[in-house]
Amino acid sequence: MVRTYFLLVWTWTRASAAYPASFALMCVLGFVTAALDVAVILVIFANTTTLAGFSRDEVLFLYGAAALPFTICDTFVSNIDRVSQHIKAGTLDTVLIRPVSAWVQLTADRFNANRIGRILQACLVLGYAVAALGLDWERTWMIPVMVLTGVVIFSALWTLGGALQFVLTDAPEVISSFTYGGLQLTQYPFSIYGRDLVSGVTYVLPLAFVNWQPGLYVLGRDDPFGTPEFLRFLGPAAALVLSLPAALAWRQGIRHYRSTGS
Amino acid sequence: MIELDGAGRTFKVKRTVVHAVRDLSFTVSAGEFVGYLGPNGAGKSTTIKMLCGILTPTSGRVRVAGLDPSRRRTTLARRIGVVFGQRTTLWWDLPLLDSFQLIRHLYKVDRSAFESRLDELTQTLDLGAFLRTPVRQLSLGQRMRGDLAAALLHAPDVLVLDEPTIGLDVVSKASIREFLLRLNAEQGTTVLLTTHDLGDIERLCRRVMLIDHGRLAFDGTLDDLMATAPEQSSIEDVVTRLYTGTAQ
Repeated sequence: MVRTYFLLVWTWTRASAAYPASFALMCVLGFVTAALDVAVILVIFANTTTLAGFSRDEVLFLYGAAALPFTICDTFVSNIDRVSQHIKAGTLDTVLIRPVSAWVQLTADRFNANRIGRILQACLVLGYAVAALGLDWERTWMIPVMVLTGVVIFSALWTLGGALQFVLTDAPEVISSFTYGGLQLTQYPFSIYGRDLVSGVTYVLPLAFVNWQPGLYVLGRDDPFGTPEFLRFLGPAAALVLSLPAALAWRQGIRHYRSTGS
Repeated sequence: MIELDGAGRTFKVKRTVVHAVRDLSFTVSAGEFVGYLGPNGAGKSTTIKMLCGILTPTSGRVRVAGLDPSRRRTTLARRIGVVFGQRTTLWWDLPLLDSFQLIRHLYKVDRSAFESRLDELTQTLDLGAFLRTPVRQLSLGQRMRGDLAAALLHAPDVLVLDEPTIGLDVVSKASIREFLLRLNAEQGTTVLLTTHDLGDIERLCRRVMLIDHGRLAFDGTLDDLMATAPEQSSIEDVVTRLYTGTAQ
């Protein structure tokens, strides 16, 4: 399955090579927009030394830890939010006649390598923050775990969004508010938000487990909201709990596909 | 090979329920060549999409090659070939050959079987001249032949064709018809074909099924079909009678 996925990715990459100017332009734009996020953080810290109790490097760490899984999913999974276009045009038919799962085909659909620049940018920020913070090495094992958890959480969100499009064919914007909105939210320490919002993204939509909860552990800090210590380690469980309804919803979506006339 | 038992599919359109196909039952045995006729909106495409597992039937039972298409879609995909005349299944920006290579991997066809199959299809469908041309630059006739080859690379037991000759000139039509006849005769591939071109039916199909308003209105041999009308009627007359007669 993984092999098939990358085969499709490679195929779309070659197909997009048919339009080289567009590829180059998108690469540059992607890098610039991603860099702006960091610029905002740096501007904030040019005027203050802490943000809701977190230093610049800590904030950069939290940003990188959210941006890395997000950009990975944005590159390799977000293509699924084009499913509504396929539903409207009826081209989902041609996906469904292949002996490969529709999820694999659609996450690779029109794969565009130009977003890899953003992954690189996120890696750089995270790498810088880890080096600059002088972290407790016994806690760094959590970093790969949190990145993986984040990948699963964002993938599940995109999949849920894709499934929703079988019901609401104009839903991509709604989904974006959860995925891209999720990134915007997780870029900053959660201590700047209200208690209700943080509870919501901890216990309902588990965005807090992308970087906030495990990040507190890595940074060796207590939660300003006073949540118990064990929550720091619940990320993988939360990710799995979210994946289950996402997978079921996707399956139901496919079964309720209506195709088009002709 | 294909079995439908009381199969139905409804769609909700603005709170009213539309029966695209209702209570449809028929059986197609291995090696048959069946024409599937019906006026626009009769339920032909809906039937075909239920056969490939694209649409889940809302009632009844569908079996293709012994499998329930909507539940075993990806397994069935290896045993069924599908061609949509109105839409290509090839990769638009890739050369035809690259699409074929990709299909080889998707269907897990082993290399030697693939190469001999491709040679054969290249010859019989005369693809040699444009194997390296991107699909978007092909003419409709070339693309159609490419689509046919793509649907057959994995040597399916069943081939389902939804209007494969739509928009083609007489020469392209003739070559595709000849190819389908040979495929059915030499390899025993079961073929189900929908078309509005009655020439396809006359040349190709030993058996004809006619669907109207989502129900089977006729099922028999081509001769039986002709016998439903006065002698000397052309096939156009016969089919017109059936379409308008059942459409009251």
